[in-house]
Amino acid sequence: MPKILSRYRYQLAMFLAVLGPGFITAVVDNDAGGIIIYSNAGAEFGYLPLWTLIPITLLLIITQEMCSRMGAVTGKGLSDLIREEFGLRMTFLMMALLLVVNLTNVMSEFAGIAASTEVFHVSRYISVPICAAVVWFLVVKGDYQKVEKIFLFACVLYISYFISGFLVKPDWKEAIIYSVKPKLMLDDEYIYMLLGMIGTTIAPWMQFYLQAAIVEKGIAVKEYAASRIEVIFGCILTDVVAFFIIVACAGAIWSVHPHEINSAEDAAQALKPFGQYASLLFSAGLFNASFFAASILPLSTAYSVCEGMGLEAGVNRRFREAPIFYLLYGGLIVLGGGLVLLPHFPLIKIMLFSQVLNAVLLSLVLVFMLLLVNKHDLMGEWVNPQWFNWISWVAVVMIIGLTLAYVGITLRRT
Amino acid sequence: MADQLLYFTELLGMPVFDIKGRRIGRVKDAALVPLVHPSRIDRLLVGGGETWLTVRYDQVRSVALGYGISLSDEQLVPYHDDEYMLRIGRDLFDQQIIDVTGRKVVRVNDLTMEIERAEARDSINVIEVDVGLRSIIRRLFQGVAPARWIRKLQSPIPPSSIRWQFCNVVEPDPQRRLRLNISYSGLENMHPADLADIVEDLGPAEREAIFETIDSEAAADALSEVDPKMQASILEALEPEKAADIVEEMSPDEAAGALSELEDETAEEILDEMDSADMTDVRELLEFADNTAGGMMNTEYISLHENASVMDALSALRGNEDLLENLNTLFLVDADGKLAASVPLARLFLAAGEARLKDLASETLIQVAVDEREDRVTETFDKYNLLTLPVIDEEGKLVGTITADDVISALRDK
Repeated sequence: MPKILSRYRYQLAMFLAVLGPGFITAVVDNDAGGIIIYSNAGAEFGYLPLWTLIPITLLLIITQEMCSRMGAVTGKGLSDLIREEFGLRMTFLMMALLLVVNLTNVMSEFAGIAASTEVFHVSRYISVPICAAVVWFLVVKGDYQKVEKIFLFACVLYISYFISGFLVKPDWKEAIIYSVKPKLMLDDEYIYMLLGMIGTTIAPWMQFYLQAAIVEKGIAVKEYAASRIEVIFGCILTDVVAFFIIVACAGAIWSVHPHEINSAEDAAQALKPFGQYASLLFSAGLFNASFFAASILPLSTAYSVCEGMGLEAGVNRRFREAPIFYLLYGGLIVLGGGLVLLPHFPLIKIMLFSQVLNAVLLSLVLVFMLLLVNKHDLMGEWVNPQWFNWISWVAVVMIIGLTLAYVGITLRRT
Repeated sequence: MADQLLYFTELLGMPVFDIKGRRIGRVKDAALVPLVHPSRIDRLLVGGGETWLTVRYDQVRSVALGYGISLSDEQLVPYHDDEYMLRIGRDLFDQQIIDVTGRKVVRVNDLTMEIERAEARDSINVIEVDVGLRSIIRRLFQGVAPARWIRKLQSPIPPSSIRWQFCNVVEPDPQRRLRLNISYSGLENMHPADLADIVEDLGPAEREAIFETIDSEAAADALSEVDPKMQASILEALEPEKAADIVEEMSPDEAAGALSELEDETAEEILDEMDSADMTDVRELLEFADNTAGGMMNTEYISLHENASVMDALSALRGNEDLLENLNTLFLVDADGKLAASVPLARLFLAAGEARLKDLASETLIQVAVDEREDRVTETFDKYNLLTLPVIDEEGKLVGTITADDVISALRDK
């Protein structure tokens, strides 16, 4: 009997120990760009975009599952693997792209901070520099771990979308129909939004972050089953939140007057059943999401790049030991925060744009991942099942197709 | 002098000319045969037509940057892979190696070699492995810009290199390790904490390779310093006999700590392979819960009868030389094994040989019960400024000691 008990305890402890990377990644997934993209999708197109959530969730699960499997089996990060298998030039190219795209992502997080604090009448010239400094010190001084739980807890703010999703009395019949009925339009704004939704949900940097976190935690192949459950659970949670954001926006904004979202106040309309607290709730949620992601994203980027290039990295190193790491980390924060402060900076536009860039980069990252995860000498018996490959390759082709279609349509119009 | 230096990136792609001065192809890779010579480039692999050719080192007449390689022999054999060859481009470039003097894991960007000019022929010797920004530049521009330009371009950046004899290639396959003459004996002399850091940086297969090959004592010391979760995955990966050898060399409390992280069956398997004396010690410790005094304590201590003299103490110390490094207190027990007093080791120096230990004992006897909670133990250490704290069972018998390093580990794990 005690044996059984201890065995059960062991299993539980294992699950709790790995309850982390997958879940955190899922929560960070709905960052500033995510909230804005989903809000915009609902406000501009109503229930139409809902059908994308099921395929996106499937692709998200597959992508994150591949990452965590690679991390558990090889014990190496994604950029490490790219470097070892594809050489330095390829890695350099990949890292350069990741750096540029992630810079726009950092900008989007700081834009989220700016937009949310301005609802409280705090000027962005005050909030952004303060938050940038806080992010730097939190991470470099190593207090981040303690604060992470606060971020995670604050994510209960998303519940307001669930409540609002019901209170705005959306057209449930239509919502259900469009959840399963694909709708493609050769409309540049629609395609732009689709790309944005893919890019924000399956952001490339998150794959690097997740795999690094799995490696860092030392999750071995044996305990990997628990991680997989967590990853799947996290992915579904991400998209359930996305579903309710879209439905709330469709019910509250689109049904009244379909339009593109231009400001935080605009997006906050989705929570209007909360009356005067709507914009407060929205801004608090947006602020938490932006700040959370802003704490992880620059660090994760600097790590990935240094790891791939074989340069010293880590906040426990001194500046002299890891100069490039600190330059990248500091540069992302300063540049990302600084550009948002430029006069007339289009906050919402950059948030949307960064997510579209994510989607474009994702197709490239997916190709690398697929080549890696199917290498027998790397993964052994843990190579991809065929149907994983099929879905992923279809996704790669789709993303490239959508990108080309968007570029084509815009070029023809000009 | 500078003319003697040749980077591997420059050797790659160098044209090769036969005796009559006809170009037969370009260098595609080069290989060392470590069993024959540790640093001389033994073979050049030349590609031009359909197959690669192998050029032995004694078939090379001259090597010159900006010109190429002239051969002194016509008899070239087609390339075929052999297990005794360490191919630089394939096996070293972009891979991780251990820098033994710098005590860290680094990624190979390039190699610095030296052309040794003799009358009859030139030979090439590997002198350094290059890491860092300088060699990244060389890799990026390799083959697209003339070698002299690249040298100018990289020259302002300070070099960062590791002498070849201090590099340890990591090879998981034991067969190949023998053929490539790779030994990890250099790692055995490293400080265990440094070795632990290195091991944590490597992937699971490489980790296992190192623990398999180095002697059990060094392995045990290093394993004690590794993060508990990783300890478990390393022990799990090793053969039970090897794991048992390592665990036997660990102090019983460290061993119990590592085994308690394992699944019950695996731990049993390892325990079964251990010496019965060591096994009993570890088994006893495994009975205690992790976060109690029993779980923290060590069973390696020196206790004497309460009527013993300083002479007795000295002979007891002589019989326990392996404990001396961290020993600072002796314990006195009565005929029933009950703890009577503790004697600070330093007081022995000032006492006469026939003095009784009882008279040298600390004024107050501070002790804890085996089931005392971890935080109370920590508190006791802090309050009384202790280095060692005796642990007693319900009957007051001495069963173990907790030392300051146990407390520090416990605090750090929080």
